[in-house]
Amino acid sequence: MYRYDEFDRAFLAERTAQFRDQVARRLAGDLSEDEFKPLRLMNGLYLQLHAYMLRIAVPYGTLSSVQMRRLADVAERWDRGYGHFTTRQNIQLNWIRLEDAPDIMAALAEVEMHGIQTSGNCIRNVTADQYAGVAADEIEDPRIWAEILRQWSTNHPEFSFLPRKFKIAVTGAEFDRAAIRVHDIGLRMRRDPGGAAGFEVVVGGGLGRTPLVGRTIRDFLPKDDLLGYLEAVMRVYNALGRRDNLYKSRIKILVHDVGAEEMGRLVDAEFRAIQADGGVALDPDLVRRIQDHFAPPAYASAPADPDAVRALERADPAFARWVATNTAAHREPGHAIVNLSLKPHGRPPGDATAAEMRAVADMAERWSLGEIRVAHEQNLVLPHVRRADLPAVWRAAQEIGFATPNIGLLTDIIACPGLDYCALATARSIPVAERLADRFRDLDRLHAIGPFRINISGCINACGHHHVGHVGLLGVDKNGEEFYQITLGGNSDNDTAIGRIVGPAVSSAEVVDAIERLVETYVAIREEGETFLETCRRVGNGPFKESIYAAA
Amino acid sequence: MPLLKGGHAVADAWVHLDDAEPLPPDGVAVTVSGERWERERAVLLARAAPVGVRLGNGAPVEPLAADLPRLGLIALHFPKFSDGRAYSQARRLRRAGYRGELRATGNVLQDQLLLMARVGFDAFQMAASDAERRWQAAVGAYAHFYQPRRTVA
Repeated sequence: MYRYDEFDRAFLAERTAQFRDQVARRLAGDLSEDEFKPLRLMNGLYLQLHAYMLRIAVPYGTLSSVQMRRLADVAERWDRGYGHFTTRQNIQLNWIRLEDAPDIMAALAEVEMHGIQTSGNCIRNVTADQYAGVAADEIEDPRIWAEILRQWSTNHPEFSFLPRKFKIAVTGAEFDRAAIRVHDIGLRMRRDPGGAAGFEVVVGGGLGRTPLVGRTIRDFLPKDDLLGYLEAVMRVYNALGRRDNLYKSRIKILVHDVGAEEMGRLVDAEFRAIQADGGVALDPDLVRRIQDHFAPPAYASAPADPDAVRALERADPAFARWVATNTAAHREPGHAIVNLSLKPHGRPPGDATAAEMRAVADMAERWSLGEIRVAHEQNLVLPHVRRADLPAVWRAAQEIGFATPNIGLLTDIIACPGLDYCALATARSIPVAERLADRFRDLDRLHAIGPFRINISGCINACGHHHVGHVGLLGVDKNGEEFYQITLGGNSDNDTAIGRIVGPAVSSAEVVDAIERLVETYVAIREEGETFLETCRRVGNGPFKESIYAAA
Repeated sequence: MPLLKGGHAVADAWVHLDDAEPLPPDGVAVTVSGERWERERAVLLARAAPVGVRLGNGAPVEPLAADLPRLGLIALHFPKFSDGRAYSQARRLRRAGYRGELRATGNVLQDQLLLMARVGFDAFQMAASDAERRWQAAVGAYAHFYQPRRTVA
């Protein structure tokens, strides 16, 4: 994984000192709250319902065990001993004091971490496939490019006060685990007919109150042109993006208003001007050094199908089930990608205590070359596990409650913090996720239902990505009561789709029953081997609508 | 309202005309709005005195391209410090070869000075009375930049 060099360290030290000075000026009254707000946001510090929230960047979802330990220390020393992993692969601490923020930043900087550009109207922390570098279906490790983008976008002089926030996701794999079509810019690596690697460039995707699937404006962009081309996209957006209405200021609205073809033309014209001026050349030495950081580790040779693992799979169905559900194919023979489920039934999705973070750090050191990933589904990943170690990893995961075999299943719920924490929320998300998990806690039933994604947002801003859940729940307020609007058929991977609203929102008291009836309808009408999403596409909302409102 | 150039508060040598204000005698350096520039371009260019344009931050910079060598000052506006359109205008003007004074006006604050300087601004109209001190603090904050291309250690 990437390690800071002298330059990165020097920059981060300057940034940390600058932030300390800004906080001091705010506390002294030299900066007004209006003036300070964008500055603190660009360092990840939000003012929430009860306290400040600090969002710490986990660039492209890659963490070292050392960094994970430091997150545990910070959560314990300055917060309430736990953190929340987010849908953008970051981690949030919810109970921060402004006065402590500079010391927290300094503690994070020691392990090459920070909150830079995890908020604000700037280019946010770049996300990537959580299986980057180890996925069996990958052209190239997308983190090389995500890191180049991190550097290019950090403290960018021109793009720090954009019309609105700007999110970029990159994948190098066939199968899109990074949800690139619902980002402001999505980059998918592909090859041209000559075999050279480059990017499909998708712009204008996004969720929020106006969910839109991104449009491809360049089928194939050579890698060397990446920064110049993205600079062109950003400049066009900075100049033309709306600033008169907060809800119409994302690039998706610009792309929607001018049309994808015209957007492509505007970007191409700007890109040509950039190239005529010398372009934004990638320093080949820098690219090479970044590539070296992401070179595959030296794996020890490992048996592809260890006897002990096979024996345990036969002897213990719980282990077999966990292997089937929570591990994924690794590009290196004899290895597996292990998902640690942060959705133990009955706990807030994505939360981890300091003790659990340390236990994960231990596991990573012992069995995953010290590396951890954060998935946008709010789970953790051990990317380099020898298959022979799977029984030991399973037992260790069980000890901290992270071995629930529910990855990609109904209780692997994505949920925003909701009204329990968030100042914007209109309804709670976490309690609904917990009640659903409780209702479907029977593992045989869960597995019989099969692949199923429920996403829950506590308000229209859609941080829980409800539009792209197979079932989406959007919390709304009806005369002071929490109701949930249900959407069906959403999806965020290769065939990205926005879910369709079923009908009137259902009350908090009814929502779990309604989902259960919907699930039972699916199980009753599905054809052999058909997933919920496939059934939903085949039959539409009709049969599900009937079941949702049946008893109401 | 101190005007910072080269880190120092200096006197403003320019007269900034409203759209309805008559032109002073030749010899007085003036700026006009982008709209007035379009209307009176020929008259303004015929003067021997330096001439400048104050461009609204929604205006494209391309129409000025042919006139850039004749302009002594372009003022770009930040109606709010959080409205960043003028950063891109500045980049485009410098790329188009503009070498004259590029002045930031409006809500120009300490924490944005360095960003502005990095996209090509070289003059800053600030409300703060201690503008020189703020400039020193702002430029002293960073010696490491990832753009336009990071320096390889």
